[in-house]
Amino acid sequence: MNVEALLLSLRLALCVAAILLVIGVPLAYWLAYSRWRWKFLLEAIVALPLVLPPTVLGFYMLLAMGPRGALGRLWYAAFGHGLAFTFAGLVIASVLYSLPFAVQPLIASFETVDRKLLDASSVLGAGRMRTFRRIILPLSVPGIITALVLSFAHTLGEFGVVLMVGGNLAGVTRTVSIDIYDRAQSLDYAGASRTALLLLVISFVVLSAVYGVNRRAGHRAWASWPMK
Amino acid sequence: MRFPLRSLILLCALAVFRPAEAAHNIRVAAAADLKFALDELGMRYEKQSGSKIAVSYGSSGNFLAQIQNGAPFDVFLSADIEYPRKLEAAGLAEPGTLYAYALGRIVIWMPADTRVDLSKLGWKALLDPDIQKIAIGNPEHAPYGRAAVAALRNAGIYEQVRAKLVYGENIAQAAQFVASGNAQAGILALSLAISPPMREGKRWDIPTNMHPPIEQAAVILRNAKDKDGARAFLIFLKSAEARKILESYGFSVPASAKSQ
Repeated sequence: MNVEALLLSLRLALCVAAILLVIGVPLAYWLAYSRWRWKFLLEAIVALPLVLPPTVLGFYMLLAMGPRGALGRLWYAAFGHGLAFTFAGLVIASVLYSLPFAVQPLIASFETVDRKLLDASSVLGAGRMRTFRRIILPLSVPGIITALVLSFAHTLGEFGVVLMVGGNLAGVTRTVSIDIYDRAQSLDYAGASRTALLLLVISFVVLSAVYGVNRRAGHRAWASWPMK
Repeated sequence: MRFPLRSLILLCALAVFRPAEAAHNIRVAAAADLKFALDELGMRYEKQSGSKIAVSYGSSGNFLAQIQNGAPFDVFLSADIEYPRKLEAAGLAEPGTLYAYALGRIVIWMPADTRVDLSKLGWKALLDPDIQKIAIGNPEHAPYGRAAVAALRNAGIYEQVRAKLVYGENIAQAAQFVASGNAQAGILALSLAISPPMREGKRWDIPTNMHPPIEQAAVILRNAKDKDGARAFLIFLKSAEARKILESYGFSVPASAKSQ
């Protein structure tokens, strides 16, 4: 089993989950409460990675990260090297790839907060920020956990995008799914199945945790997603 | 209610058992370096024979694993003779059909707008600070990747460029890494470097004595559905016409592969 690849995948998944929490909470808040008439367009954009093949996302990322892409040029100007084949490149691609897995449970969770509580809070003189911190956030803890865990797990299992922009560098971009693929191709089935089994167990544990948390909280954040 | 059900079953049956349109349907698993050459070869052969050639391109190692697990191909055109040999040893190849159809060559390739003077510097071009990433095929399972590493070692610069290497899943992906500008140089198959999309770039041919020969070999698979079609296609591959096409894509054809 390739411990280096496993640790890399865990590091990547942790980074992505943390970044997605920071981006996802304000984005989901806006999507849940805004009345802007074109909001549905943004909702569609956020959900795109759910339906797009990872190769499409990976292909666009590779072009964007290249010397002719905006992202690549910006990165080159700042750091003096390209973005493809780097850990940072993987993080950026994975954030896009896992975006709906963080944002959708958050929206679902924010939307289930009782409007009366929000009205009461505002009548009692709390501003939006305070209402968010004192009412919405505490009531959305299961949704936040769901978002964190799902974006973590989804990034852990990412393959197509990494294959497109990674370049298979040991310790930098050779994630555990790429390692399994490599082993299967080199006919090292024993090695492939050991790592694959471990990934299966981790995924099962993670999903059990999500269902367990949601059940205990009696909350519908998970149940109402993605069927909402 | 029985009538619509019956016609539905009939429809499904019709969809499944369509009469064959072509004389032969040959399914080929081909190494990624053949992408352009085999497109042309297949087109010519289809015109001549009325057979249909369906090619899947990928890394030879991947195909080996797939074939061992029952992938439905008739012919395997590998970039490395070792893989078909393994199939033969495992009893998965039609005995006596294995032959080397071409020798592959590798080149250093850079986009046309590179500032590095590749033709003057040769190997040293890879040491230029402008070259931050060098794309090669994954040496673990792509024959061209292995040849690239061997050549870099023989040139005595492997340790110096090691940190710059990025691996394509197969040689075509390595080519795409350079063509998209994400890597500044690549060690690629000559057949890809002179293909229409990459012809404009700069290239430096790596001397063949710098790496073990990239012997590309074909074999008919034991599980082939259309063995006659497969045999006929291999005979075509040995013909003077096919050899000329292979040579125009940068392959040299070993003497053993000449039938007439």
